[in-house]
Amino acid sequence: MTGDVRLLHIWQARFFTRYGSGRPEMADPKEHGTSAVHSNSLRHQPDERGHFGGRHGGRFVAETLMPLILELDEAYKVAKADPAFRKELDYYLKDYVGRPSPLWFAQRMTEELGGAKIFLKREELNHTGSHKLNNVMGQILLARRMGRTRIVAETGAGQHGVATATVCALFGLKCVIYMGATDVERQKPNVFRMRLLGAEVVPVTSGAGTLKDAMNEAMRDWVANIADTYMLIGTVAGPHPYPAMVRDFQSVIGTETKAQMKAAEGRLPDVVVAAIGGGSNAMGIFYPFLDDKSVRLIGVEAAGHGLDSGKTAASIERGRPGVLHGNRTYLLQNADGQIEEAHSISAGLDYPGVGPEHSWLHDIGRAEYVGITDNEALDAFQFCTRMEGIIPALESAHAVAYAAKIAPTLSKDTLLVVNLSGRGDKDIFTVAEHLGVKL
Amino acid sequence: MSRIAARFKALAAQGRGALIPYLEAYDPDWDTSLELLRKMPAAGADLIEIGVPFSDPSADGPVIQAAARRGLKAGATLAGVLDMVTDFRQQDNETPVILMGYLNPVESYGYERFCRDAASAGVDGLILVDLPPEEADVLAPFAKANGLDIIRLVAPTTSDERLPYVLSHASGFVYYVSITGITGTRSATTHDLEAAIPRLRKVTKLPIAIGFGVRTPQQAANASSIADGAVVASALLSTLAETLDDKGRATAETLPRVLAQIEDLAKAVRSADGKAV
Repeated sequence: MTGDVRLLHIWQARFFTRYGSGRPEMADPKEHGTSAVHSNSLRHQPDERGHFGGRHGGRFVAETLMPLILELDEAYKVAKADPAFRKELDYYLKDYVGRPSPLWFAQRMTEELGGAKIFLKREELNHTGSHKLNNVMGQILLARRMGRTRIVAETGAGQHGVATATVCALFGLKCVIYMGATDVERQKPNVFRMRLLGAEVVPVTSGAGTLKDAMNEAMRDWVANIADTYMLIGTVAGPHPYPAMVRDFQSVIGTETKAQMKAAEGRLPDVVVAAIGGGSNAMGIFYPFLDDKSVRLIGVEAAGHGLDSGKTAASIERGRPGVLHGNRTYLLQNADGQIEEAHSISAGLDYPGVGPEHSWLHDIGRAEYVGITDNEALDAFQFCTRMEGIIPALESAHAVAYAAKIAPTLSKDTLLVVNLSGRGDKDIFTVAEHLGVKL
Repeated sequence: MSRIAARFKALAAQGRGALIPYLEAYDPDWDTSLELLRKMPAAGADLIEIGVPFSDPSADGPVIQAAARRGLKAGATLAGVLDMVTDFRQQDNETPVILMGYLNPVESYGYERFCRDAASAGVDGLILVDLPPEEADVLAPFAKANGLDIIRLVAPTTSDERLPYVLSHASGFVYYVSITGITGTRSATTHDLEAAIPRLRKVTKLPIAIGFGVRTPQQAANASSIADGAVVASALLSTLAETLDDKGRATAETLPRVLAQIEDLAKAVRSADGKAV
């Protein structure tokens, strides 16, 4: 044990030398249990049972899956403490994913809006075009350590599916992606991309044929193929340890942002804004800032046609806690506890739940959660493209829209970071359709 | 003695295992499923499992998913399912009734209120697929206070180390999920079951019922003699689905065909090689 800790320190020293303080959070022993200094830290969640604040999260799975979940939990704990795992992940993040991603000062946007200084964290520059690859790279290395040869995953917009198919190609693993039939139709370029990468894409027709149904089907596959299969969840939801593990793998975003902002402006940002479906890009950028009380954290949910329209994906603002897909969290549901279909123009956001850590951050008031409608996101999609020459994913356009809304109300010395979680190439067909343009 | 304990004791005295047919509440409508429930004991049901429809039954195969969807379309609610049991109890005070479903409708109803209402409706046991013992504390005290059994699921993946933990929380009977997979897809072999059941017997004195993949009379007879009972679900729901008209409504065929299938299953279970009494 002492040896392990010493190795960790040696590894950290090397990492610091290479990246400054932009190190990922997960391997820092100060943050995870060896020091009492941070006992009040908001970064010690979840507890052993996977509960955030004692209420959200948990492991609500069928008995067939429970032993696998426990095995995964154990394997992840061991990997997290193993410098060799960290080193391997580090190598792939740098040379394959393309990290660190830049923090771009959006000067034209800032001037146009006339308020806070706006920065864009460029996750869309990652290989495959979104933040999803950070997590997928971590989990695929873990799956390999666990000796699994077949990967199943769910996807909405296809960003997670493409990232998963990519690493399966990289490591020569069999890959099955479940995707709602509705999404298969509206995200054709990503479906083709996954198939080119060698993945089997299975359209799911149950329910509304969207992300929720794809998640159910992926869980059914996993329960039937436990011997060789690893389920690679793409967001900070699902049974423990997924929400914490995906957050850890994504927290590289916030850790880099912190260091980059200090380098650029000599201090922490004042506001961090990120879009939320399941909430992995938001959790990734929020997590390293949780204990920095001066930093406002804002999660932007998809309000769809409007928060009170009945056609929304805003689980925190319009849902209530319940149990779905292995965890307790805010869910869109009817009075009888049946899950309702979510709606958003962005296939990546129309999930009726949200990661349990967000539910807890909402309950304790550490993060603010707001809604942006389809139309506001469409406007922001075009605004960002024309102002900065960056086409954002429709998901990220929700975050840009809220930033653009509040920036003019903030003073000029306010530092505001928007997590640009993905690029919008996949969404040009959806946007063209809404603008009445035939491609 | 609870109805479940009494029934298993009586069957053991007869030297046979239990047939436990399943129906999805409100499938395809309230009247039909209530009528089916009422007629199940005469057709040979020893215990009855009632599925509570849920929008996202992630451990179930296509047949039960479709039945749940029909039930929800017909207006199923958890309160309505309890009304159905209340109605059934007017005429049958002996056949044990077990509700099977997912946690969220119960959480939404309220754990304490649900256990009280379920017990007063005449429910005997609960199987909640996504409530493992690790999380059971939300429900367990209220179930116990109201005399409801929490029936635990054990799977082929449940290790010997984990078994005592899982079974220490069990009451009523133990539900052995005989395959690693979803409902109604494949079946375990006799060989698998003959190896699995003694593993459980070492750890529990509760009766054991086998579910998932029990379809034919022969399989039911086999499972109920290796263990203490067999649950048949997808096979019955498939039959029911086949009898519906093109709008999904019940026809004159619906009840007779499902009941006839239960009779065949019951006959096989009753004529299975006697268990040691």
